[in-house]
Amino acid sequence: MCGIVGLYLKNPALESQLGALFEPMLIAMTDRGPDSAGFAIYGDEVADGTKLTLRHEDVNYDWEALAEAARAELNAEVSWFQNATVAVFKMHCDAATATAFIEAKAPEVLILSAGHSIEILKEVGLPEQIAGTFNLKGMKGTHIIGHTRMATESAVTMAGSHPFSTGEDLCLVHNGSLSNHNRLRLELKREGIHFETENDSEVGAGYLMYRLQQGDTLTQALENALKNLDGFFTFTIGTRDGFAVVRDPIACKPAVLAETEDYVAMASEYQALTTLPGIENAKVWEPEAAKIYVWERS
Amino acid sequence: MKTLDLATTSLREINQALHDQAKECTEREWKITGAKGDHNIACGLDAALSVDIEGHAGYYCAGMNKKAHVVIHGNAGQGVAENMMSGTVRVKGQASQSAGATAHGGLLVIEGDAGARCGISMKGVEIVVGGSVGHMSCFMGQAGALVVCGDAGDALGDSLYETKIFVKGSVSSLGADCIEKEMRQEHLDYLADLLNRAGIDEDPASFKRYGSARQLYNFKVDNVSAY
Repeated sequence: MCGIVGLYLKNPALESQLGALFEPMLIAMTDRGPDSAGFAIYGDEVADGTKLTLRHEDVNYDWEALAEAARAELNAEVSWFQNATVAVFKMHCDAATATAFIEAKAPEVLILSAGHSIEILKEVGLPEQIAGTFNLKGMKGTHIIGHTRMATESAVTMAGSHPFSTGEDLCLVHNGSLSNHNRLRLELKREGIHFETENDSEVGAGYLMYRLQQGDTLTQALENALKNLDGFFTFTIGTRDGFAVVRDPIACKPAVLAETEDYVAMASEYQALTTLPGIENAKVWEPEAAKIYVWERS
Repeated sequence: MKTLDLATTSLREINQALHDQAKECTEREWKITGAKGDHNIACGLDAALSVDIEGHAGYYCAGMNKKAHVVIHGNAGQGVAENMMSGTVRVKGQASQSAGATAHGGLLVIEGDAGARCGISMKGVEIVVGGSVGHMSCFMGQAGALVVCGDAGDALGDSLYETKIFVKGSVSSLGADCIEKEMRQEHLDYLADLLNRAGIDEDPASFKRYGSARQLYNFKVDNVSAY
């Protein structure tokens, strides 16, 4: 099952309300995914440096000590803020240096995302609780994608919670199941893509990262995904300044898109779109099988 | 007319009120307001009611319908009028995939586009789509008719039995054992009548007819190596 939702703002005036507009969309998909939920929000850009979202289950974890160690060892400016179990670190160094430092210095800390713009927040539990824990409705940004999980293939754990990110500012939410993920994971590992779990959706994200590293545009990467990913999928993808939706050629997993002058919204079911402003007059349609829908900031 | 609002009355109560009309019909005309993609609205009706649904419907709206006349003043999600037995279902907007799946009878009109697998395994229903249909429409269609005023996606009528298919626009590809057939006077007359009943203003002569080549009906010894 699982539910996926996404909201991409075309009107910058709405950026301060992104979280508030998105929260009811995520909660509306509780029926499709009550086990865990998460979202990737893009905004608050760190132009010359790296933004990491880090997680430790202890809300009293000493993040300042970690930041201080980073300042000393990397000789770089580091600022941070905490949001429940997660801390967002803004570091004046490149992403590889930043993630290597965290992995070496604090192996107990989970790196949820790395990039200039992305923040991933996820937890086990009902979407409503998770939105509340992270104060989703107060968040600002340009676009956001989210996932509510109904666990079928593996246990209800933090590791199995979506969304997954396998590269800078790239995030993918997936409804469906991939059938060639084991083979593909091996091939991608050989190409240097790093995986944290045995999850099939993470392989989808890893594949896109690999194609983008090879120089593909987002559209080209998705064209290649349609050729090389086997199984059922409706994907919604976020990049630093882009938003995309694609369904496999059979298109058995649901999807609905809505577009107005102000936004593009995607959801597994129309119910998740009903609270958006102007939805009554929005263009609402079902994305076609194997067709790539991309919105990007120029 | 009796009006029920999904914002204040549960779906179960609404459907029960409609089902109760099968035993003793006290009200013919019903309006359901406040639909916001809710699933299973007006399923399993079994009385000659007129039901207007204001808003967008979720999955399986008017599924298993018998006798009732249901109009959705918006879009419909997956499986609208699936397994309908009789009556009519009209979607004023667009319908998602598997519209009219396995339906035995009645008339389903979709004024906009329908998604993939429209009329999959249909068993006697008549479906008229004002716009286009997605891939694998009429897959294993056994009886009834599908009329498409726009275009049809890939593999139209794959593994078709005796469903008649009429398409005005282009067909991306025909499925296994589906072929274009001659449009004779009897077909023109039937299509004119069906379009008239559906309230769709199109010229029957502008359609092409597709049907089963009946090559998959019987086992062929030439194919033995495939088994």
